[in-house]
Amino acid sequence: MNVTMLLDMAADGFGDRVVTGRREDGLSAARLRELSFGGARLVREAGADAVVYLAANGPAFPAALFAAARAGVPLVPVNYRLGKDQLVRLLARHPRGIAIAEAEHRAVLEAVGLPTRTPGEWLELAGGTQAPEPEPEPDAVESESPAVIIYTSGTTSAPKGVVLRHQHLVSYVVGTVEFAGADAHEAALMSVPPYHIAAVSNALTNLFAGRRVMVLESFTPEGWLELVRAQRVTSAMVVPTMLARIMYGAGLDRSVPSLRSLAYGGAKMPQRVIETALREWPHVDFVNAYGLTETSSTIAVLGPQEHREAIASEDPEVRARLASAGKPIPGVDIEIRDGHAIVAAGTSGEIWVSGEQVSGEYLGGGTAVDDGGFFYTRDQGYVDSDGYLFIEGRVDDTIIRGAENIAPAEIEDVLLRHPDVIDAVVVGVPDEEWGQRIEAVVVARDGAELDVAALREQVRGVLRGAKTPDRIVCWPELPRNATGKLVRRDIVAGLAAT
Amino acid sequence: MKPRIGQTLVSPVDSTTVVVIRSPDRDLEITCGGVDMAPKDIPLASAGALDPELMGGSMLGKRYAAEELGLELLCTKAGKGTLAANGVPIPIKAAKPLPASD
Repeated sequence: MNVTMLLDMAADGFGDRVVTGRREDGLSAARLRELSFGGARLVREAGADAVVYLAANGPAFPAALFAAARAGVPLVPVNYRLGKDQLVRLLARHPRGIAIAEAEHRAVLEAVGLPTRTPGEWLELAGGTQAPEPEPEPDAVESESPAVIIYTSGTTSAPKGVVLRHQHLVSYVVGTVEFAGADAHEAALMSVPPYHIAAVSNALTNLFAGRRVMVLESFTPEGWLELVRAQRVTSAMVVPTMLARIMYGAGLDRSVPSLRSLAYGGAKMPQRVIETALREWPHVDFVNAYGLTETSSTIAVLGPQEHREAIASEDPEVRARLASAGKPIPGVDIEIRDGHAIVAAGTSGEIWVSGEQVSGEYLGGGTAVDDGGFFYTRDQGYVDSDGYLFIEGRVDDTIIRGAENIAPAEIEDVLLRHPDVIDAVVVGVPDEEWGQRIEAVVVARDGAELDVAALREQVRGVLRGAKTPDRIVCWPELPRNATGKLVRRDIVAGLAAT
Repeated sequence: MKPRIGQTLVSPVDSTTVVVIRSPDRDLEITCGGVDMAPKDIPLASAGALDPELMGGSMLGKRYAAEELGLELLCTKAGKGTLAANGVPIPIKAAKPLPASD
């Protein structure tokens, strides 16, 4: 069982259908299959043990993914925004790789000994001047082989290479997607970069469904909206900051008549943003997807009907579900634990997850899976009495003030209730007396004058004094990485400097 | 044969190929058109012919699930024979699609 099985099924089932790129000049499933054979030949000729992908998303990305799989080596998508030193350190872990990269990175890659092709060169060489004959099946690539190595974003610690094996990805796809389930006119728009797990899972699930995938290389709200209209995009995935910019950007034409489904994930969605989006686009099905790199993407979803019921409800418990990550998908089990004990519904604890799609394994050894097959997400949260999962943030972000553990998310939620606050973060800043003290940074809506003393009183009115930030400052924006995740250490550093 | 999750099983008498998605930890007899299916990497003995009474066929991409056995197969190449486990035809699993989440 190998991810190429998914491609072979697509090529057999709907080979002529364009599955990646624009309708007028994209690649068909059959062509992608040819490119996987041609690409595998390039990998084998180079004697490479990995395909490093250091470029923007585009047709070369699925071509590289399946070429690597066909050759039995992992694809290693790498963040093309990394600084040179970080990049060199990371590439040193794949010395026998072959690289697909934009010309600007060629010098760095070749200096560390990786033969390099641009995405265009790769497609041309893999495609040949004429369609290559499919080669005989190479040595069967086992389910246990690594299919993809994705480096974590490293917002809380040094980036770790997460190993996803063929069995994990294939289990995820066949467990959650109906083969050929998409209509021929459907098109998905992907806005996360290729080094994000959602880009990998998206390439596989949409192909298996028979849905054409478009990518937006660098996100702007105007560019996203225009592409949705021009290519009649029917489903899309965004991170919360993107949706906020689409909803709050000035002078935007937000009409998206073709859009049927919008999935979001990757970071916490502010309640006000999703409420605004639900009212702006009542015809769209919203899906909140919660997952991690280590779990081959999504492990829980809050579906369209649950969104509609929550926004229409007067019941505070139903209404609160807009902030929920929903329920586990088939084949996934979630446990909330305190140490080794499973806690009762409504009680906060550590989120553990098991299932065929869960890897929890890191390059160079190391696994975060226990004897029972459960992976520790390092997220904190609870499950309510109806089985809805709520995420309260990373355990590593917990502030320890005095001897008290304080989750930033609870305080951030209160700050975000202020009508003029559009973004907020709460961090622990080193403090001689308390170990850490609580400080908050907020971003005010354009043109709004924010009274931080009054805001602090508002927080104190809702939370206890021990949970009220010792200081609140206002910044023009928060440091987030390209996939919308807060870079908390930059916030702590920025606060310490002022 | 004790099917393993992820294992590819092929029919010796037609084009049918399936992948094991879910399996109990015990021996099962999985057949296509009445003839034993075998793992892809194990050479097949010549094994007779399709039973004309068991020509229900299989469809590419459909899941076949014998719920009482805890067995689920994904058809990766369609064929003419009927898929069966321990002599009982395996029905198509009713689709319960999730909303697209990525």
